Amino acid sequence: MVSLDTVIAANRFGLGARPGELAEIGADPRGWLALQAAGSRPVPGPIAELPGSAVLFETLRQAQRQRRQSPRDARTAAPSEKIRQRQVARYFDQVAARYRVAVETRESFRERLVDFWSNHFAVSADKATVLTLAATLENEVIRPNLAGSFADLLLAVATHPAMILYLDNQASIGPGSPLARRATRRPQNNGRKLGINENLAREILELHTLGVNGGYSQADVTAFAQVLTGWSIGADQGSGAKGRPGAFEFRERAHEPGAKVVLGKRYAEDGAGQGRAVLKDIARHSATAQHLATKLARHFIADEPPPGAVERIARAFRDSEGDLPAVHKALIELPEAWRATSAKFKTPHEFVVSALRAAAFVPAKARQLVASFQVLGQRPYTPGSPAGWPDTAAQWDGPDALFKRIEWAAQIGDRLGSRVRPLQLAEDALGPSLSDATRMAVARASSAAQGITLLFASPQFMRR
Amino acid sequence: MSTQHSTRRAFLQSAALAGLAACAPRMSLAAADTRARFILVILRGALDGLAAVPAYGDGNYVRQRGALSIATLDHKLDGLFALNPALTNLHRRFLERQLVVFHATASPYRERSHFDGQDVLEQGATAPASVHDGWLNRMLQVLPVAQPRGTEQLAVALSQNVPLVLRGAARVSSWVPSMLPNVESDTLERIADLYSSDPYFAVRLHTALATNSVAGDASGMTSAGRDPLGQFNAIASAAGRLLAPEDGLRIAVIEARGWDTHASQGADTGQLANRLRGLDLGLEALRTELGATWNQTAVLIVTEFGRTVAVNGTSGTDHGTATCAFLVGGAVSGGRVIADWPGLAASNLYQGRDLQPTLDLRSVLKGVLGAHLGIAERDLEGSVFPDSRSARILDGLIGQT
Repeated sequence: MVSLDTVIAANRFGLGARPGELAEIGADPRGWLALQAAGSRPVPGPIAELPGSAVLFETLRQAQRQRRQSPRDARTAAPSEKIRQRQVARYFDQVAARYRVAVETRESFRERLVDFWSNHFAVSADKATVLTLAATLENEVIRPNLAGSFADLLLAVATHPAMILYLDNQASIGPGSPLARRATRRPQNNGRKLGINENLAREILELHTLGVNGGYSQADVTAFAQVLTGWSIGADQGSGAKGRPGAFEFRERAHEPGAKVVLGKRYAEDGAGQGRAVLKDIARHSATAQHLATKLARHFIADEPPPGAVERIARAFRDSEGDLPAVHKALIELPEAWRATSAKFKTPHEFVVSALRAAAFVPAKARQLVASFQVLGQRPYTPGSPAGWPDTAAQWDGPDALFKRIEWAAQIGDRLGSRVRPLQLAEDALGPSLSDATRMAVARASSAAQGITLLFASPQFMRR
Repeated sequence: MSTQHSTRRAFLQSAALAGLAACAPRMSLAAADTRARFILVILRGALDGLAAVPAYGDGNYVRQRGALSIATLDHKLDGLFALNPALTNLHRRFLERQLVVFHATASPYRERSHFDGQDVLEQGATAPASVHDGWLNRMLQVLPVAQPRGTEQLAVALSQNVPLVLRGAARVSSWVPSMLPNVESDTLERIADLYSSDPYFAVRLHTALATNSVAGDASGMTSAGRDPLGQFNAIASAAGRLLAPEDGLRIAVIEARGWDTHASQGADTGQLANRLRGLDLGLEALRTELGATWNQTAVLIVTEFGRTVAVNGTSGTDHGTATCAFLVGGAVSGGRVIADWPGLAASNLYQGRDLQPTLDLRSVLKGVLGAHLGIAERDLEGSVFPDSRSARILDGLIGQT
């Protein structure tokens, strides 16, 4: 007899039970989760085979070069268009690999943690320059850093080309830097002043660390942006550009010289070390602990997380100086996360992944998968803003959103059709959380396809 | 008719749905005849007001804006302001006195977070998270209507999920085009039956079905192609179809993203100009679909805040404060710019960097809801926009002269 805790481990902490998984988890669901929270893992095969950010960055630069060289009126045509199509194909490959892993993994709690942190450090592929780089942030930074500290993760994110390009820091230049001083003396610059772009600095403070009410001011944003001037990407073009294409490159000549004060603390001039020192401090800030704990509790417990649970995660964060495995283990130990009621309404990503896992089915064509997510409102890697995808029901449970899920459930039901036995599939996916009404509806369905549709459309399957 | 292949449209007439509708709670609303249509367009990401509505007559404009100065001034509004060259159709509406342009306006929010800024704009509050519902939803709860109807038959979000401005106690519809095949009506009936003991799901399904039957199937719609605002044009057209019939919906919210132009913003042409053209064309599609109903319509276009006056280090602009807003429609008393212009001299900028706000956006919102939708002053100052007395109701926005 499968216990409710086992179902919760698979469906609330994990990404949804695969056939046979509830039995595999067995009588120690907490132990099953704790193993996944500990230690590091190699990047899963299908993802490891993808081209990395350095290669993808080179393709991007190539496209930009060709675009610049082609005559103005032919800009949309010819070679750059071919490169764009190649980039779109790469994006589809990345989507295919991500969902193959999500559907097939036996460590789906860990995969959910990847999703969580990837969304926390959101980069959106709808910005052309990061179309193919968005996925590499998840694959090259989030996945390998789950066994370390939050500070290391933050530094790895802030120095990854996807984040730098997404938040425009590669060309943020200190007004007092050697580069800016020289540029203003050059007549051909036509009065265009080089200067800072505060986007990355602001979003690190507001979204990645302290949170919007974390006690920083506009002056802190400006000073931190000056600290981060010169945090760029190695490339083979542009004035003063050097370093390895696609890798983090600190451009001393673009860096605003001098000491800066961020959050009341003075940071002496130390090149890239100045930014590393600020990041290290804000990563351990108590406001950061509070902000991250709130988001984690919201993800695993309820849209309005109980303050006691938030406090326990925040304490685990502070006590361990942001050790991620310790924080993730603290989640498993929250009694509020094991309540019988499924308080969370699944996002489209969670809904689709859990349905595909229940059916043990990976769609062959990434294009179809992307189209499905598009219709359901969550195209992979495109949250559209650095705040990431929302994690509250109100953003996902509109009438039309529900209806689109029903339509998708009908479509996937037709695809799976006679290949599966709906009642067995329902038992395997939901165990004792399958309601009598849903069991009855699935059992009485006029076809296997309809039975699957009813299961995926059922209230229990829409929640976790 | 074969049940097997009939669609949700047929299902609408089915007994199962009638049952659902009967048990749905109704709002009790005062009877007052009004046919006015109101559409709110939210531009998410912070539109650069000085690019959309350049203050070309300000002696500091070109100096302050540098490479972002708009040079093409075909769409002058007066001696101070012009519309961006991409806003061709809006300029026509201005000449027809159907467009009011507001400038140097801002919500009460004075920080620079998109997300809090949008929350304040949509909650109609003075600080983020001080209330949890949206002003348009609270407005629905006091809206005078001709016949008692469920509020979900009055208001629709043209998005799968209801934006904050329309969230709250009053039920609303939501709709976007679907590319998925229709669900058999037999399956829908079974799902409705499965939901019958769970009001959370039952109410949503009922509302979705009702909206679907009017907005139409997506079959006629191809992919959004090169619309720089994604599906904005298709969605604006759908809003027009939903609001055009005499007994149609009356209130709609449309969103458009992509205004956060930190880098390579462009000026007369370029990234932002393309988006503005997408906005202009989408609004024109909305007008076309509305047909004669356009004469009873007011469309308000707002964004969470503006952008820095000066260009930043990456040929874009960073988060700022005041910006512009537009009110367009056949019901609008237009052909003018409403702005207490603070000037662009360095000493006049907010915190030395942003356009100084001189018009509380809530004055505009209250002015439109009061004059156009007949919301009583006590409600405007009370439940709809609490703590907003400092933002005087802006009169005279509605009614052709």
